[in-house]
Amino acid sequence: MSVIPEGWEAVIGIETHVELQTRSKMFCGCRVDFGDEPNTAVCPVCLALPGALPVANEAAIDGIVRIGTALDCTINERSLFYRKNYFYPDLPKNYQISQYTYPVCEHGRIVVDVDGEPTVIGITRVHMEEDTGKSLHMGEGGRIQDADHTLLDFNRAGVPLVEIVTEPDIRTPDQARAYGAELQRIVRTLGVSDARLEEGSMRFDANVSVRRAGTSELGTRTEIKNVNSLRSMQRAIAFEIERQVEVLAAGGTVVQETRHWNEATGRTTAMRSKEESEDYRYFQEPDLLPLSIDERWRNRVKASMPELPAQLRARLVAAGADERTAGLLADSPLLAGLFDAAVRAGAEARTVASWLTGEVVAYARRVGASVGELHLTAEHLVELAAMVAGGELSATAAKQVLTGVLAGEGGPRQVAEAMDLLQISDSGAIEAVVADVVADHPDALEKIRSGDAKPIGFLVGQVMRATGGKADPKMVQEIIRRSAGL
Amino acid sequence: MPVEIDIAKVAALARIALSDEELAAYGAQLGVILEHAERVQALPTDDVEPTSHPLPLVNAFRPDEVWPSLDRDDVLSQAPDTVDGYYRVPQILDGP
Repeated sequence: MSVIPEGWEAVIGIETHVELQTRSKMFCGCRVDFGDEPNTAVCPVCLALPGALPVANEAAIDGIVRIGTALDCTINERSLFYRKNYFYPDLPKNYQISQYTYPVCEHGRIVVDVDGEPTVIGITRVHMEEDTGKSLHMGEGGRIQDADHTLLDFNRAGVPLVEIVTEPDIRTPDQARAYGAELQRIVRTLGVSDARLEEGSMRFDANVSVRRAGTSELGTRTEIKNVNSLRSMQRAIAFEIERQVEVLAAGGTVVQETRHWNEATGRTTAMRSKEESEDYRYFQEPDLLPLSIDERWRNRVKASMPELPAQLRARLVAAGADERTAGLLADSPLLAGLFDAAVRAGAEARTVASWLTGEVVAYARRVGASVGELHLTAEHLVELAAMVAGGELSATAAKQVLTGVLAGEGGPRQVAEAMDLLQISDSGAIEAVVADVVADHPDALEKIRSGDAKPIGFLVGQVMRATGGKADPKMVQEIIRRSAGL
Repeated sequence: MPVEIDIAKVAALARIALSDEELAAYGAQLGVILEHAERVQALPTDDVEPTSHPLPLVNAFRPDEVWPSLDRDDVLSQAPDTVDGYYRVPQILDGP
């Protein structure tokens, strides 16, 4: 959809924050629970009361190693925590425990596919840190800029947070969206986070600059914040590219700054200028020991990797699904599982894939249920596919039967019988009807014999009418041809 | 050898208000510390393994278990201003 202005190229890098779904926080035992009353999951450590000391949550470290492994990263044997110093009310310690040199993971990659064109996007680093508290900006008009005071909830402060930084390898808003979607799928498959953009458990910041096509020098970049969906990330980047090109084409200069995406107006606006480049005065966190992720740990994680989305898609394609439906199936573990089981039991892959991504998804949406709540088993799919393959059901009738099965009306045969949709696939019965029809239209049969194929369709129509539409039209046609000696 | 240090910038980053006299005094003191660091940095350390912590310990972990949090009323009683279970602070961002 999004078009880069002719003669220009965009350079995009994405920073993603993912909240890990551990039971307790990164450096203390407060529960991680987002539905809680404000400031009820807090303790001396996450409120930065004097004398409190952090202790790292082993499950969170395991989570980041899993993410790094899935992203093809080098997992550093030795890794260190740092303090990132800045002042903001949602940061009780006035520093965030993060990483600087020696992050847990480096040098990974994700391959994304846009319109059949695979692009490798390098992962610079994946590091471990802690989330900040949540600010509610209160005031007239609801705009951050108009807020006259701020409310703070520290339940989120100290929740394990993983930051994933890409190389500036992304060139289009579509690629950026595809990257975000793939990363979300990977994180969910790993089971380390629910990665919900609208709830903030996965958050994207995009760095965008533009330059004349064919040049290699990087332009001045801006950082876009506040994108709450993949679609708004795509829109925000597209807007920002267009804005920067307009500024430069008019002879102006792009200001390095953070810009806030406004979903309602479809525009980015400047938040704070980065003229005074931020100085976080990173230094090693003296309260935490180094991490050592040895070969045994790395191998244990590698051995426990689930089938990743790219592997699943490749396997679905190998099983006979086309690229598009494979992508749709891979997005739902339940659909992929039904497909797997049905195809393994002999059902035709393309038919099953098309039912699952078509009728099944549409039905679930219509009744407002999840796929798991529907009355559908792999056995149903196998039986239905066999009825189609055996000529007992037309492709159209099969879809009607499937809807009945989904509604809990019974198994495919039961539903087909109740709906009176079974075709006559007994060749003897059809032959008898064909013989009657041909006897009534001897001239048609003559024409066919003399090489004019047109009357075949007419005769098929007569047979279908005589059988009340229940004959298998393919079989009818075959029998007519045979009786004409073709 | 004197080491250049922008003490005013350091103070601003740390949100510490210093008078001109204090700036001069602390600037001089910090300069001495940095000079010492320079002397250490000049030592030949090619054969010394980098150390980030003095103790040969790594991986001090906590199992992923929940412990009781503090009582909210106690927590908020320490704050200058609260509303409905939240801390309340002045406006954060500058107006447009």
